[in-house]
Amino acid sequence: MEDILKFFLEYKDMIFIILLSVFLGIEVISHVPAVLHTPLMSGSNAIHGVVIIGAIIVMGHAESTLSLILGFIAVILGTLNVVGGFVVTDRMLEMFKKKK
Amino acid sequence: MEPITKLIEFSSGISILEISYLLASILFILGLKKLSHPATARAGNLWAAAGMGAAILFTILFHQKDGQPIGNVIWIVVALAIGSFMGWYASIKVKMTAMPQMVSIFNGMGGACAALISLMEFPKMQNMLAAEGMSNMLGGEGIAILLGLMIGGVSFAGSMVAFGKLDGRIGDIKHPILRIVNLTFLVVLFVALFVILFMQPVADNNLPIYLFALAALIYGVTFVMPIGGADMPVVISLLNSFTGVAAAMGGFLYGNQAMLTGGILVGSSGTILTILMCKAMNRSLLNVIIGAFGVAGAAGTEDGDKTVKEISLSDAAVLLSYSQKIFIVPGYGLAVAQAQHLCHELDNLLASKGVEVKYAIHPVAGRMPGHMNVLLAEADVPYEKLVEMEDANNEMSNTDVVIVIGANDVVNPAAEDDPSSPIYGMPIIKALDAKNVIVMKRSMAAGYAAIPNNLFYHAKNRMLFGDAKATLQKLVAEIKSL
Repeated sequence: MEDILKFFLEYKDMIFIILLSVFLGIEVISHVPAVLHTPLMSGSNAIHGVVIIGAIIVMGHAESTLSLILGFIAVILGTLNVVGGFVVTDRMLEMFKKKK
Repeated sequence: MEPITKLIEFSSGISILEISYLLASILFILGLKKLSHPATARAGNLWAAAGMGAAILFTILFHQKDGQPIGNVIWIVVALAIGSFMGWYASIKVKMTAMPQMVSIFNGMGGACAALISLMEFPKMQNMLAAEGMSNMLGGEGIAILLGLMIGGVSFAGSMVAFGKLDGRIGDIKHPILRIVNLTFLVVLFVALFVILFMQPVADNNLPIYLFALAALIYGVTFVMPIGGADMPVVISLLNSFTGVAAAMGGFLYGNQAMLTGGILVGSSGTILTILMCKAMNRSLLNVIIGAFGVAGAAGTEDGDKTVKEISLSDAAVLLSYSQKIFIVPGYGLAVAQAQHLCHELDNLLASKGVEVKYAIHPVAGRMPGHMNVLLAEADVPYEKLVEMEDANNEMSNTDVVIVIGANDVVNPAAEDDPSSPIYGMPIIKALDAKNVIVMKRSMAAGYAAIPNNLFYHAKNRMLFGDAKATLQKLVAEIKSL
């Protein structure tokens, strides 16, 4: 029990951010029309590409050749997620715009 | 003197970095918010992209660990360039019909990235804890690394299977034994997670973490494998939120707010989106995930001596030309045949004859919710002509003809009157409320969800067999010659 309390205290800032972000995420998209489900999924798909920052950090502080290579791959994968995600979403939304 | 100035320089860099993360988080939130309104969606996407760009740039410039700035910058830039080019090229080239597969692949890449990060961080952490003489690896860092690896791995493997299914490369394997395999692996994964956390850290003892990664990959495969191809959009949406959580684990690990907020936002909004999608099909998430096994029972629907009536092209042309109001129900088959443009030509032609033509869009028509709207928009069909299912159903009784092109399950009356059907309860477009129905179809084969459709045998319905594109072409020519 004490360990759990200690854990909470140690990470309280992040636990706060996590919980508030959960509510924010739910609130932000709860009124989305069905038409936008696909672009929204694709857009949020691009946003979780933020994991690339982690890949840059690992690669930037890599100590061995192996971790440099793995980091290199991780950065490529992360970039694919980010760039591909945003471009695909933009292409989809471009379709919607033309109708106006 | 020098160290002090350096210290000041460093801290201002860190401040800028943290401010850029704050900015990125705000841009992600506003971007998502804008993405959920049609008028602002495109701007929202760009806002989120701008936030991402800033976070990446400032991480490279100002991030530091133990006073060390980011090294290997050239290699990082090379990797960024390769990834950007590949991602951009793939997104530009992909056909609109193949969009869901593409999203699935990109999602898998994010998951793999998160898993790789954990794979690299675990040995570092273990070596450090071993040097400190700790007796276990229990703690925020260990939990974040292992969860990131597990969720990222499952998301990667699952997304690849989902891609294969949508692309028609992998069929459905619906064996009851898979459910047991599935559950076993899930239990094994969680047990392994705790076992590793309570393990005594031994320097360079990396076998357990590799086995754990392997188990996560296998679970990803067995998790998605038994789920029907028609349910893949829900699965992709779910895996999308998984990857968000995996990214957030990275944020937890590095105390990185941008990763934390971005990841959790996607995790929670993705979960809600998944539930909304399930609601559009009137099913629960649990039903989608394990319901796949129920299909076997419904396959027994007797095929009897039912007959279908065909309609000739000229009859169809006359019927359409002298109607007052027509609804077109487009399905994925229309898009696959690349017949959206011809379909638009048909509706223009009929409109010029004074016929009111509209499109009835089922929420899950196509391969993903909203996918059909994108596909029709690509063919310049005006927005006003696209009518959502409920509104279309209200207008159905004064509609003369409903033309179903390449759609099947979304007009299947079994969803309303056959409780044994796997799609029972899903709202459908009530084509039978109209006076006539014409179904354009390649053959009598069952739809994507492999469920027999009694609409085809109904007295009101007549079939127009053939490839959607060729048939529409002939139909347009026929109407012109009237």
